[in-house]
Amino acid sequence: MTEQAVKFYQVGSFAVGNRLVDPQLRTVQSDRARSNALTSGHRACQGCGEALGARYVLDAAMAATDGQLIVVNATGCLEVFSTPYPETSWQVAWMHSLFGNTAAVATGVAAALKVRGDTKTRVIAQAGDGGAVDIGFGCLSGMFERNDDALFVCYDNGAYMNTGVQRSGSTPAAARTATTEAVGREPGNSFGQGKNLPMLAVAHEIPYVATATVADLHDLETKVERAMELRGARYLHVLVPCPLGWGAASRDTIRLARLACETGLFPLFEAAYGEILQTTPIRRLTPVEAYLRPQRRFAHLFANPPRTEDIARIQAIADRNIRRFDLLGGTSSGEPR
Amino acid sequence: MFQVRIHGRGGQGVVTAAELLAVAAFNDGRHAQAFPSFGSERTGAPVVSFCRISEREIRTRSPIEEPDALVIQDATLLHQVGLFSGLKPQGYALVNTAKTLEEVGVAAFVGALPRNHVLTVRATEIALQHLGRPLPNAVLLGGFAALTGVVSLAAVIAAIEDRFSGALRDGNVAAVTEAFNQTRAEQEALAARERRSVGASSD
Amino acid sequence: MLRQIEGSRAVAEAVALCRPRVVCAYPISPQTHIIEGVGALVKSGRLKPCEFINVESEFAAMSVSIGASATGARAYTATSSQGLLYMAEAVFNASGLGLPIVMTVANRAIGAPINIWNDHSDAMALRDAGWIQLFAESNQHAVDLHIQAFRLAEELSVPVMVCMDGFILTHAVERVEIPTQEQVDRYLPPYVPQQVLDPASPVSIGAMVGPEAFTEVRYLAQARQLEALARIPELAVEFEHVVGRPSGGLVSAYRSEDAETIVVALGSIVGTIKDVVDEMREEGVKIGVVSLSTFRPYPEEALCAALESAHRVVVIEKAFAIGGRGILGADVDALVSKGGTKTYAVIAGLGGRAISEGSLRRVFGEAIRGELGAVNFLDLDRGVVDRELARMADDPRTAPSVERVLRDVRQSAARVV
Repeated sequence: MTEQAVKFYQVGSFAVGNRLVDPQLRTVQSDRARSNALTSGHRACQGCGEALGARYVLDAAMAATDGQLIVVNATGCLEVFSTPYPETSWQVAWMHSLFGNTAAVATGVAAALKVRGDTKTRVIAQAGDGGAVDIGFGCLSGMFERNDDALFVCYDNGAYMNTGVQRSGSTPAAARTATTEAVGREPGNSFGQGKNLPMLAVAHEIPYVATATVADLHDLETKVERAMELRGARYLHVLVPCPLGWGAASRDTIRLARLACETGLFPLFEAAYGEILQTTPIRRLTPVEAYLRPQRRFAHLFANPPRTEDIARIQAIADRNIRRFDLLGGTSSGEPR
Repeated sequence: MFQVRIHGRGGQGVVTAAELLAVAAFNDGRHAQAFPSFGSERTGAPVVSFCRISEREIRTRSPIEEPDALVIQDATLLHQVGLFSGLKPQGYALVNTAKTLEEVGVAAFVGALPRNHVLTVRATEIALQHLGRPLPNAVLLGGFAALTGVVSLAAVIAAIEDRFSGALRDGNVAAVTEAFNQTRAEQEALAARERRSVGASSD
Repeated sequence: MLRQIEGSRAVAEAVALCRPRVVCAYPISPQTHIIEGVGALVKSGRLKPCEFINVESEFAAMSVSIGASATGARAYTATSSQGLLYMAEAVFNASGLGLPIVMTVANRAIGAPINIWNDHSDAMALRDAGWIQLFAESNQHAVDLHIQAFRLAEELSVPVMVCMDGFILTHAVERVEIPTQEQVDRYLPPYVPQQVLDPASPVSIGAMVGPEAFTEVRYLAQARQLEALARIPELAVEFEHVVGRPSGGLVSAYRSEDAETIVVALGSIVGTIKDVVDEMREEGVKIGVVSLSTFRPYPEEALCAALESAHRVVVIEKAFAIGGRGILGADVDALVSKGGTKTYAVIAGLGGRAISEGSLRRVFGEAIRGELGAVNFLDLDRGVVDRELARMADDPRTAPSVERVLRDVRQSAARVV
């Protein structure tokens, strides 16, 4: 009889919906009974990272809180494509007020619940990078300082996408946006010091800060669950690729998110009370070029002649992150306090 | 309506003085309205506060341009232009000073007023004695009550007891009473002198 | 209970009696004593349950109120001038979402130039934001209006702004009757929201509304405000039954039934005008004053009726539409001009400039003699203005106008008060 090697490669991996994984370890998304907090019928682009991220986050939160959730949403793509009057894609109690006040509105919701003694209903505020890093920052910092009981989630796709892809405080260096065009002597966004909102959240010494992407569902859901176990101000920063704004193929959304981590450009970590507790090691270190090439917002870096200096500077950013967060050394993953 | 203007410097409790006066009038069963010359007060800057007292509801909120009485908490303001402006011909002036009216140089301004309407009170010294601090504002109200009779001493004391507590309350009550008695005594001395001089001139 | 207290404290007590569940505080002169007062009541346990939140800006203050109100909590905040503008986006948001928030506006001038004293430019700047705007003539009136405001707001799902003159009312110590808790509880039942965030019955609040439905949504907001025109007098009557004192309503008329000259004004200046009216009536002048307790919705009918006998109307207003013709004056003129009545707008008290009885008497006399223009600035120092205009004509490149004017004008307590 001929021998045939059978690869049981699925066993022990964290592929979504892996039917061989212990039910306890399966993702919320793989569960038919998931809440679908953001259900189908909305008008997001094909491959929208934010729509994916929002569903992942809220379904996990709904599971963790037994459905006792109120969601406050900033102005932006997520709000616009999900609530074209008179329809809504939200199957949770949901409110949209303004662009810059999401954290403050969430504070108000939490206060109203607290004052009537409701300890079961929980609050999540969600915004894009514009509504968190820029115009929403004042209210967010206030919420952090007061330690108001809400989880603030930022879906970061690095620009004001809904208004036509304009630069935000979160736009990466060299990226093309409508207000940082790929023209002139220094095409794309300038090389500045960036605005690292996860680290700013850490500096506020709040009970929980974490970063995640849509590429690692288990990791994202675990972080949401961890956050929902805690009280006080918590912050989750989720990298969500935007096919339209990034000029990437809609099928590449998850792959690009994974590459952002594997290059070191987007460190994955958890922190509590101002201390970084855990970072996720890079499994397969990848040069930044692999991440940049598939995105037309970086196409000018690969023109004729290529902008090798800029690419090197981006690589330096990645290298610095790897050093700062020890992404290759691999710290022990402890439980956050 | 009886209108009072209180002059002092920021940090001397000029605003509180007007408020206490208003509460005292309220305690006596009258209507009263107190308000400061609103400003970004800083310590040392001239400050003015106002109080109206009336039997009827007070509706106006115009500035007090013709006061019936002036209370001057800080004698260093005496030569400020306009301090005495508008004071009614039969008006009262109460000056916080240990000096005499002549010494403090105000005699010229108040010469036209009835002699027994203008008095000095050593309010700062009295306050130092009873409170340990140079806070003449409440103390002066004792002198005011005696001088004008517009509010009763009991009402002023009640206002003080309402506003302050502990040593500050007790000290202020004692100081107010002393200022009241001193002013009364001075008024009587003045009246006696007047009677003697009238008597003398009629001889 | 009859008290002799500062206006701000009286308002704080009144607000506390209304049992707000969430109070947001961001300080700005001259509102500070109000929020400090409420804060002290919460901290001492006299007002509970109540979450008193020290927010990081006025924008946050209104936004936190929005979140709280949408979750079913009675919400309150206070601000003035620059703060009101800073939260402007949220102010419109609150009325657009139909949230019954009550806010005190301690009226103060809007800069530049920065000015902390009273006028009505702040309330006027937001008069089109869809909020009900009530104006208090005295601290008693302010106390009463706050209580009526919560009832009105929650009944109609429209936010209410209670305006009271900064410093002039907020910092004046005067006699106020504070209703009892039992009286307020009788008048103001617990908040029953018309829409609420509730996981048990999830809804989406704040959807995007396009051209196909926006007009209708706006029209419905107008309809609700017009409903207020009917309800405000009714709620005032109900209030009177509870506390035994008339207060509130749309307009108040004082000695105007047979008046040939009627003065129209908002806020604390009405008190001073009443004293002048009495003086002039003694001399046989047929003059009266009509005050608007409600400015938004604009009480057209009630105002028209009150001004019926007038040959001329003098509108005293503490705000001015720069480049325009006054605000209340223009509104009143539109109402009465078709009947042949002349309206004289008198802009007074800007930036806290004191309004004396003498000046009012003089300007009323000028109106009666037909010596006023359509728009007049009370006590304008014509000399200062002319000198500055001449200097600018000579050489526009010299120091900024404001600084030159300040040097020119002698600062004295009388002007400031």
